[in-house]
Amino acid sequence: MRLPCPICGERDRREFYYQGHAGLLDRPTRDADPQAWVDHVHFRDNPAGETRDLWHHEAGCGAWIVVTRNTVTHEVSGAVLAEKSK
Amino acid sequence: MVKLIAQTACAGLLPKTIGSVTVTEVDAGQVTLIAPHKGQQKAVSAALKTSVGVGFPAPNRSVGTGPRTVWCGKEQALLIGAPCPSLAGAACVDHSDAWAIVQIDGADTVAVLARLTPIDLRANVFKRGHTARTLIGHMTGGITRLGAQSFEVMVMRSMAETLVHDLTQAAENIAARAQNAG
Ligand SMILES: [Zn+2]
Repeated sequence: MRLPCPICGERDRREFYYQGHAGLLDRPTRDADPQAWVDHVHFRDNPAGETRDLWHHEAGCGAWIVVTRNTVTHEVSGAVLAEKSK
Repeated sequence: MVKLIAQTACAGLLPKTIGSVTVTEVDAGQVTLIAPHKGQQKAVSAALKTSVGVGFPAPNRSVGTGPRTVWCGKEQALLIGAPCPSLAGAACVDHSDAWAIVQIDGADTVAVLARLTPIDLRANVFKRGHTARTLIGHMTGGITRLGAQSFEVMVMRSMAETLVHDLTQAAENIAARAQNAG
């Protein structure tokens, strides 16, 4: 498996650390409803198809990136820097 | 007054010649990590160019051969072989003696490194002046191409012995294959 780091180019999966769904970037506000926090911390969708994940290019440039991949076909279709993904 | 003896990271471990490959330590002299503040990279690069002769490198590139700058991560580079000038727009951290840096030369250099790193080292992809932050065995480090059969590999100093061990083992394996084939 290879991931397209926006800074380093296509790299081996071993260089990356997997964090979880990119929805983690959408942090509820401090005073948000407790249910919003429960959803944010505990609940994830399990899509058949396209999904976006957070990866850390740990053994590379050190950037956090958002990778778009397809859970059915395993196709990796792109990646952007997490700081530019919103 | 106690007199301390300065030792390089690979003192007593290198040089080594194994098969067609030679591994030597690079005594880098002064090394400084430079991390420009947000929006300051152009100004920092210009200031570096004026005082040291080389600018701030693009991602995955190194610039210069005397004093040189080597990209080493997102918005970071190492200035090697020159004192760091005063740079208002950047965080500068002294990394002298913090790195173990070795040079590998010889016909089988790419074959040896390919046993240790997942990056594509072919000459048409990874050219002279290209550098990469990547894995070297289990270590995180940097690989830079210096020439057709010449590379520089750097890891943090604490891993000097592991680096030499891994390179030695890979080179011995390649040399053994060549011998068996011949
Ligand atoms: Zn990267």
